[in-house]
Amino acid sequence: MGKLSWDAIPIHQPIPMAASLFVTFAVFGTLGLVTWKRWWPYLWREWLTSVDHKRIGVMYVLLALVLLLRGFIDAIMMRSQLAIAAGGAAGYLPPEHYDQIFSAHGTIMIFFMAMPFMIGLMNFVVPLQLGVRDVAFPVLNAISFWLTASGALLVNVSLVIGEFARTGWLAYPPLSELQFSPGVGVDYYLWALQISGIGTLLAGINMVTTILKLRAPGMSYMRMPVFCWTALASSMLIVAAFPILTATFGMLLLDRYVGMHFFTNGGGGNVMLYFNLIWAWGHPEVYILILPAFGIFSEVIATFSGKALFGYRSMVLATLAICVLSFMVWLHHFFTMGAGANVNAFFGIMSMIIAVPTGVKLFNWLFTLFRGRIRYEVPLLWAIGFMVTFVIGGVTGVLMAVPPADFVLHNSLFLVAHFHNVIIGGVLFGAMAGYNYWFPKAFGFTLDKRLGLISFWCWLIGFYLAFIPLYLVGLLGMTRRMQHYADLSWQPYMIVAEAGAVIILCGIVATIAQLVISIRTRERRRDRSGDPWNARTLEWSTASPPPGYNFAVLPQVKSLDAFWSMKQQGGIALPQRYDSIEIPKNSANGFVTAFFAVVTGFALIWHIWWMAILGLLCAALTLFAFGWIKRVEHEVSGAQLAEADRSRLRGST
Amino acid sequence: MNAPSTAADFAEPSIPLSARGPAPVRIVVAYGFWIFLLSDIIMFSALFASYAVLSGQTAGGPSGHDLFELRHVGIETLCLLFSSYTCGLGVLAVERRRMKGFYVAFALTFVLGATFLGLEVSEFARMIGQGAGPSRSAFLSAFFSLVGLHGVHVSIGLLWMCFMTGQITVRGPLDFVRRRLLCFSLFWHALDIIWVALLTMVYLMGAR
Amino acid sequence: MTENSHPEADSIEHAPGDDDTDHSGSILSYTVGLIFALLLTGASFIVSQTHLLWAPGVAAGLAVLGIAQMGVHLVFFLHISTGRDNTNNVVALTFGLLIVTLIMSGSLWIMANLNMNMVPPSAIMEMQR
Repeated sequence: MGKLSWDAIPIHQPIPMAASLFVTFAVFGTLGLVTWKRWWPYLWREWLTSVDHKRIGVMYVLLALVLLLRGFIDAIMMRSQLAIAAGGAAGYLPPEHYDQIFSAHGTIMIFFMAMPFMIGLMNFVVPLQLGVRDVAFPVLNAISFWLTASGALLVNVSLVIGEFARTGWLAYPPLSELQFSPGVGVDYYLWALQISGIGTLLAGINMVTTILKLRAPGMSYMRMPVFCWTALASSMLIVAAFPILTATFGMLLLDRYVGMHFFTNGGGGNVMLYFNLIWAWGHPEVYILILPAFGIFSEVIATFSGKALFGYRSMVLATLAICVLSFMVWLHHFFTMGAGANVNAFFGIMSMIIAVPTGVKLFNWLFTLFRGRIRYEVPLLWAIGFMVTFVIGGVTGVLMAVPPADFVLHNSLFLVAHFHNVIIGGVLFGAMAGYNYWFPKAFGFTLDKRLGLISFWCWLIGFYLAFIPLYLVGLLGMTRRMQHYADLSWQPYMIVAEAGAVIILCGIVATIAQLVISIRTRERRRDRSGDPWNARTLEWSTASPPPGYNFAVLPQVKSLDAFWSMKQQGGIALPQRYDSIEIPKNSANGFVTAFFAVVTGFALIWHIWWMAILGLLCAALTLFAFGWIKRVEHEVSGAQLAEADRSRLRGST
Repeated sequence: MNAPSTAADFAEPSIPLSARGPAPVRIVVAYGFWIFLLSDIIMFSALFASYAVLSGQTAGGPSGHDLFELRHVGIETLCLLFSSYTCGLGVLAVERRRMKGFYVAFALTFVLGATFLGLEVSEFARMIGQGAGPSRSAFLSAFFSLVGLHGVHVSIGLLWMCFMTGQITVRGPLDFVRRRLLCFSLFWHALDIIWVALLTMVYLMGAR
Repeated sequence: MTENSHPEADSIEHAPGDDDTDHSGSILSYTVGLIFALLLTGASFIVSQTHLLWAPGVAAGLAVLGIAQMGVHLVFFLHISTGRDNTNNVVALTFGLLIVTLIMSGSLWIMANLNMNMVPPSAIMEMQR
């Protein structure tokens, strides 16, 4: 069994042991509940083998919400530690453990919370907005989701069996090389991310092909909703950037497993090559996260202002500009690491230029709100909170784009505050806006508004309390990833930050409560019209939730904001003719492939070579087997489609 | 004018390509695979960049000049180039339903590809035997990984070829089988393109 | 998968790698491509191994010949053209090439710059005494 032994379970460390027990009971408890209630056939049929983009989108978002909890627990543990570990105090988390916590926090929040959330929302919404039945490759879509889930599973297994990386969320060498990290932690990190990275890459390919090749008749490029444009740009970035991540992690894995010398100290290796390549991925990655959020805000702001989005053309151009420019700024993540003035100057100037298209977008949103008939629904509050918060985060970023300033601020808490400012204020607020906005489309009833408001205000106030002190204390000289600090004058800031984290916790609890209570009282907020917000884009023309095939007949698109024009012209007439259509049947391909991916990953981490080879062989056989069997689709007749449409019309009047 | 609603409307040249509704399946599949290939090429470029940076770091060990045998490389190049040619002919044969031609062409493609792989493996074995294995220096790590990754892709291509031959024999030239064959040919040609870059950057530049 | 509701549209857009619907031209296309590729490959070997080209120009010469070979593959084997029906394919290819160029040139520029500023390894060993 390779390096695996009973020592891998953290019996002698109380906090990890307690966490392991909790997680183990939670997981097996849930599995037990599902078994006892005999839900497995339903789950298998309707969710685990589904290739429907709507189901897959929901599963992505669910994964993100669960991992948000795990990532947040890491965060509040860190805040608590820093609130008490001042002067000579040691705090309650030993350094080896603290290092794993901040590494896990970053890894989970970026790869298993933010990415799945955005990809899930794109998955759910884009085919509906484009007026088509599904993404280009539905089975590949399922495989993508399950591979992402596999990566998340492996990271969480490291809590119970073994340890996680102690290297930060990017695992810089030489610390991440075998010489300085001989344990399994870095291997868990690398294999989890390689597996989920393949899933993400495939999702990006799927989305690019869908948006460029599958749109309803009449929907030319300039009639696409802005969310689809940002989804396209983000997916193009995924396709372009993730291969770099795969290659770089591959090289680090070769160093660790085969003794190669890409990034080692000896043998001619070059540590800075890792920095260069990982940030060539890393910078596009943050744009992959923020562009869909920008798209969500465009949709939400237009809907709740009752106006068309201002400056559609400039929005599209700004999106594409951000997409291309994001590949020209990556050195700003390592200004201080030895490049000369001309290189630093080039990347510094490019980093400032990339702020311009974002500014264009911001003004477009403001002009959309101006003179609109504004309705303060929960999604719009998140959007307004975003506009203020993201601007602050953005300008601190432009500040650090100036290399001399960055020399003072690099790796201080100022930096930490900046990126949390833009990621929470941008990506997370966008995710929450999208979640509240599209929830009724996915499930047929709106979320409770009062709890939504509570959640928003807790998050907003909590965020500022938690992170503004970090800006200040970063300017005072406090660096990131510190497990304890000597300067007692920093402690008040840390305590305020801890208070902010507690308020954010209230926000998260409110979100959970919102979901639970909304489900319990769903009949009160049932939406039978399919269009609870009086919105503008095609997804709102379907029933809530939409039938598996989305549209009985693909809509004829004649303008931008196609659904709004249809409403203006007096409502949507039922189609005259219903042709029969084919829908792909479910496929277990994704789930089975992911299962073998987890087995292979675990085996490679623990050096159980026979299991790794077996797992890889089975994964390959799965690929061949599913490729060999007859493609199965089932037909829905025109008569059935017509009847479904008519009964929906009856139900909504 | 009205948005197109029948197939005849779609032949109407005044409707821009982007507004004709979902593209036919063959195009969707081929385009998706094209995007995948571009992502694969980007992955190779990260390794190429690493090779370019590390190519001088021989840690006191042998360099490309000492190790590369260009005659060997030349034969490998010819094998891969001709296999690309026969692959193209094989796909053409299927489109014209000349199945015997397909089997001949793909058999040749397989043999040429396998020969390439065999030559490459023997080159690796020779170098490792001389003590110039991938853990000797950063230059050799980069060399083995870059050329090795290409070799892994060729191996996957050979397996895929067997699978496709089997599927076309048992199922016949159905639509979805021909789509996959198109994807395979894209893959195989792309591998030859990457080999051109490898040949130029690694072997020809390195052997000087 | 979405239905193929208008088969006549098959010939309007061009799948990458697909030949024209007129199959007869294609064997010629592949054969011409093969010949060009052979010539260019031969030229690369000659440029690299003989003194035909002025020595400092060899790198550039090899690069040009390599790009030409890749172009031959793209045009004659993969049938990428600049026709209206090929726009998506060309745009995707251009984007990919842009990224490859940025990664390669960016990495080389940055790493060379870092190396220039680095303390020589011998001096590092001195510092560790």
